[in-house]
Amino acid sequence: MHRIQWEEAQQKHVILYPEGMVELNQSSAEILKCCDGTRTLAQIVSDLEQKFETTGLTDDITAFLGVALQNGWINQN
Amino acid sequence: MAGLTKTNITPPRWLTAELTYACPLQCPYCSNPLDYAKYQSELSTDDWKRVLTEARKMGAVQLGFSGGEPLIRKDLPELVKHARELGYYSNLITSGYGMTEETILQLKAAGLDHIQVSIQASSQELSDHLAGTKSFEHKKSVAHLVKKHGYPMVLNVVLHRENIHQMPEILAMAEELGADYIELANTQYYGWAHANRDLLLPSKEQFQKAEQIAQEYKEKVGGKMKILYVIPDYYEDRPKKCMNGWGTTSLTIAPDGMALPCHSARELPGLDCPNIKNYSISEIWHDSKAFNFFRGFDWMKEPCRSCDEKEKDFGGCRCQAYLLTGDMFNTDPVCSKSPDREVIQHAIDSAQASANLTNDEKPLIFRNSKNSRALAKIN
Ligand code: SF4
Ligand code: SF4
Repeated sequence: MHRIQWEEAQQKHVILYPEGMVELNQSSAEILKCCDGTRTLAQIVSDLEQKFETTGLTDDITAFLGVALQNGWINQN
Repeated sequence: MAGLTKTNITPPRWLTAELTYACPLQCPYCSNPLDYAKYQSELSTDDWKRVLTEARKMGAVQLGFSGGEPLIRKDLPELVKHARELGYYSNLITSGYGMTEETILQLKAAGLDHIQVSIQASSQELSDHLAGTKSFEHKKSVAHLVKKHGYPMVLNVVLHRENIHQMPEILAMAEELGADYIELANTQYYGWAHANRDLLLPSKEQFQKAEQIAQEYKEKVGGKMKILYVIPDYYEDRPKKCMNGWGTTSLTIAPDGMALPCHSARELPGLDCPNIKNYSISEIWHDSKAFNFFRGFDWMKEPCRSCDEKEKDFGGCRCQAYLLTGDMFNTDPVCSKSPDREVIQHAIDSAQASANLTNDEKPLIFRNSKNSRALAKIN
């Protein structure tokens, strides 16, 4: 039901769904791209911390995934 | 308008393609113009493809195929396919009338993302009466087919005095049909709805009760079915942020190719809305008189001009200001700061006074070509 895609004209990722869309900032887009059904939360955190050479992302990522779940952008198995 | 530099024009993100004004139904609240029968010509398939291509290039990404009844256009699957190739998220806004399982499959293969089906009421008798056509059972079977073939489905019900008492049954019907979203859209009084307003506008008590029922249902179903409740602005004290701001987000192309900043804009005087046959979408969006007319704040009169809320609502809806006050530059009369607020109260009173009239004393004007020709004074 939701589609995430890169928008060239806006230079950002968007989530598209029936009659609506959300424009994503870079960090939200990075997190959502990790939600491919194969990684656990801990893996997503460590992958992103590695990618952006930082630590302490757990809280931010958990909070954002909560929002994403609630909006139906992702599903939990 | 003067003072607006081109750099702060944002690209269109929503494109509404009104493929045709033809429709087998006759809803008395239809938002098409009253005189739609005047506009007989329709764009060709190639014209539409060019519109889709050019708007996509500028940044449009949400696409609504609407009308009238878009299913009437035989080239719909071809247009859907083109839209998919360009990367649009495409929504079909349909009454469901005339939809078969074959069409559903064909559109799916072409890449349609979502179907919104409208139903007029929760009972066959009322739904068929409001549609002016026997269609209720067919619509329900279409809704089942839409879900069967894996589309997300928005069920749209326009609310007004004739059906607002059916709120609990409407919600139950939506759940039973498997809708992912139910859009409970209180009638917006433009076009045909404006002509029928005395017979459609519910009382404040009726609204409040309906809203409460929707709210309770929302809590009951949780996230399973999303409920979108479109508020009735006559009972608000601030206007809606119309079109998210004029010429900022939304582009509508009418069946004859006229480009509109909002779907009612062709009824505003002196805008000279451009036709896509004469201009590119980029020229229309950036340079046309119509799209620049109400951009920004320079056009505003008082009280909006010096109001500290003007960035919140842009002074409300231009079409509503024109329709109800006769001057499209006025503050939307829904606003409690508007000197014309009394016209809203008059409308409410007038509707209440008609509440007990019989259908013979004051009949609904159904949306059809005969009535449209009569209203437009053409043969
Ligand atoms: S509102 Fe009713 S009459 Fe108007 S286009 Fe939609 S289905 Fe047809
Ligand atoms: S006066 Fe105008 S800008 Fe201020 S709240 Fe009312 S409509 Fe909005």
